[in-house]
Amino acid sequence: MSFTATLDSAAAALSRPSDATMSPPPPVRTMRTGPTADRLFAWAARGAALLTLGLLVAIMASLLIGAWPAIRAFGLGFMTSAVWDPVRQEFGGLVMIYGTVVTSLIALVIAVPVSFGIALFLTELSPAWLKRPLGTAIELLAAIPSIVYGMWGLLVFAPILSAWVQQPLQGWFGQVPVLGALFSGPPVGIGILSAGIILAIMIIPFIASVMRDVFEITPSLLKESAYGLGATTWEVVWRVVLPYTKTGVIGGIMLGLGRALGETMAVTFVIGNMNQLNSLSLFQAANSITSALANEFAEAGPGLHQASLIYLGLVLFFITFVVLACSKLLLASLAKGEGTKS
Amino acid sequence: MKPSTKQILSCLALCAAVATPALAQQEATGAGASFPAPLYAKWAANYHKATGVKINYQSVGSSAGIRQIEAKTVDFGASDAPLTDEDLAKKGLVQFPTVVGGVIPVVNIVGIKPGELKLSGAVLADIYLGKVSKWNDAAITALNPGLKLPDAPIAPVRRADGSGTTNAFTNYLSQVSPEWKTKVGEGTAVNWPSGAGGKGNEGVAAFVGRLANSIGYVEYAYVKQNKMTYVQLQNADGKFVSPGDTNFKAAAAGADWAKSFHQVLNNKPGAESWPITTATYILMHAKQDKPENARTVLKFFDWVYTNGDATASELDYVPMPAAVKTLIRERAFGAIKDGAGKAIAYQ
Repeated sequence: MSFTATLDSAAAALSRPSDATMSPPPPVRTMRTGPTADRLFAWAARGAALLTLGLLVAIMASLLIGAWPAIRAFGLGFMTSAVWDPVRQEFGGLVMIYGTVVTSLIALVIAVPVSFGIALFLTELSPAWLKRPLGTAIELLAAIPSIVYGMWGLLVFAPILSAWVQQPLQGWFGQVPVLGALFSGPPVGIGILSAGIILAIMIIPFIASVMRDVFEITPSLLKESAYGLGATTWEVVWRVVLPYTKTGVIGGIMLGLGRALGETMAVTFVIGNMNQLNSLSLFQAANSITSALANEFAEAGPGLHQASLIYLGLVLFFITFVVLACSKLLLASLAKGEGTKS
Repeated sequence: MKPSTKQILSCLALCAAVATPALAQQEATGAGASFPAPLYAKWAANYHKATGVKINYQSVGSSAGIRQIEAKTVDFGASDAPLTDEDLAKKGLVQFPTVVGGVIPVVNIVGIKPGELKLSGAVLADIYLGKVSKWNDAAITALNPGLKLPDAPIAPVRRADGSGTTNAFTNYLSQVSPEWKTKVGEGTAVNWPSGAGGKGNEGVAAFVGRLANSIGYVEYAYVKQNKMTYVQLQNADGKFVSPGDTNFKAAAAGADWAKSFHQVLNNKPGAESWPITTATYILMHAKQDKPENARTVLKFFDWVYTNGDATASELDYVPMPAAVKTLIRERAFGAIKDGAGKAIAYQ
């Protein structure tokens, strides 16, 4: 209420002629909303917020109920067991959890630097005529349906990855102790690495466009002051733009990570869908939580198989929650450190 | 341009006309197996043209089809794997086969043409178990004297999603390999010891087409349409056969349909029999709450058994032999009763 009152008095002050006496201002002609409408609006807004919360709780509850037979049968050991045997009704989610986490990490490792480069180029380095078409092109990438990425990944990208990346990598590092283990396995272009790279391509537009948007809101006063003090472009970005926009940048990265964790179709096509954890090789076919759900849910019989799949969904929910919480903690610790360093 | 009121009204009228069925009882809905879905859709379209009656079929997967018919949300369910007779009795369902299809191992080896490579069931199981891991393994060369096979690792490919195809394939491997039976077993989804998984027949076909030295298994239609390199398999009579309509029919003829419609057509006797053959089934409640809908469904399948064979062959499915159709009309159709216990007349 006080906000509207301030606005009104400000408007009244503006409309007052400069040489006016202390006579009361002319009545305001606009329709005032009554307190009833205001209250209704407040209730509607509150209802919308509560609905979201209610939905979240309902989803959690239905996941818990659906997964209950599996939770009772396997307990927390579900998350450390790598056996997934529908015939013998023995289920463990380690393979899928591992696949989801590792592919998303690979995607982030690739996508964050590339997105940073794109955003940097678009805001600081690009000639003006290139800014708009390039920005639009990157945003268009985000509009491609994920199944198209999946098919492209399987039919076009996987053979290229196999012939030009995996086979040379095996040739160079095959005998090196730790790296060799990472690059062992059949170099067929299908597996954790390809899924991670496809995911990276899919989340780059998200992260890049958020980063570009927040880089653009950095006040030019700050940037130009830094330039005026003789800072290089890199120093301006690293010392001025990034600290000023860190919340937005981390938000963008988390948006991308969220998409990577939840992506289904594209991953299904290139990850190989194998429920065995034989080695830590990046070339090995594996599985992810969403991919297992998409593949097996339709034909899963009622009982433990279905419950275990829902349990996997619950685990994914939990992973996303942890990721969100971590990003909040990160932001909080960044905010605490503010002003302590020069 | 903004749509005029008249345009909006006519659009609404059209929607209403579409949403309200002209004759409520002249429609039936089914759901289930995806393998026969293209055929059921084509049959339904032809039937609609011939009689004006609409049959809707949702391709949701066999397990979902069984769940939906149990919950009575559909008029008929469809499943690739037959239910056992006890299971049927417990659930109060009747099942009957519509068409027969084959599951075909396909390979991608440079220089090997369709039908050149011969495999036995035991060797096939050992390949998927990871025991036979190279194409020039003694077990394979012994079956293929004179054929030049590469010294390359075998890349087995299989279905990632649960499917009736996998059910038939793993059932066959369990029949021919005791080790497969104890280690892996059979089912719509199993714990595969090796290999990469593709989603759907098309996923497996794409993997095999792309990966050198791979082996996979797909429905016959995919072999034919994609001109894939199929292998000859040794059947129960010890003969090597290529997949084809006559071979699936021979396998179907080797079953004792008069005893039960629950027939696993894998590894059936007969010199011509293709060893991995499977029928796909329709499920209906024996006691009908909605006899009118059941009548519509029965009329449809009666029409299909009379007029649908050519369509089935066009789409590379194999129709049931005439003798089996007679049995289906007698035993299955006759067992579907209305609330009063009277068989539902469909002719």
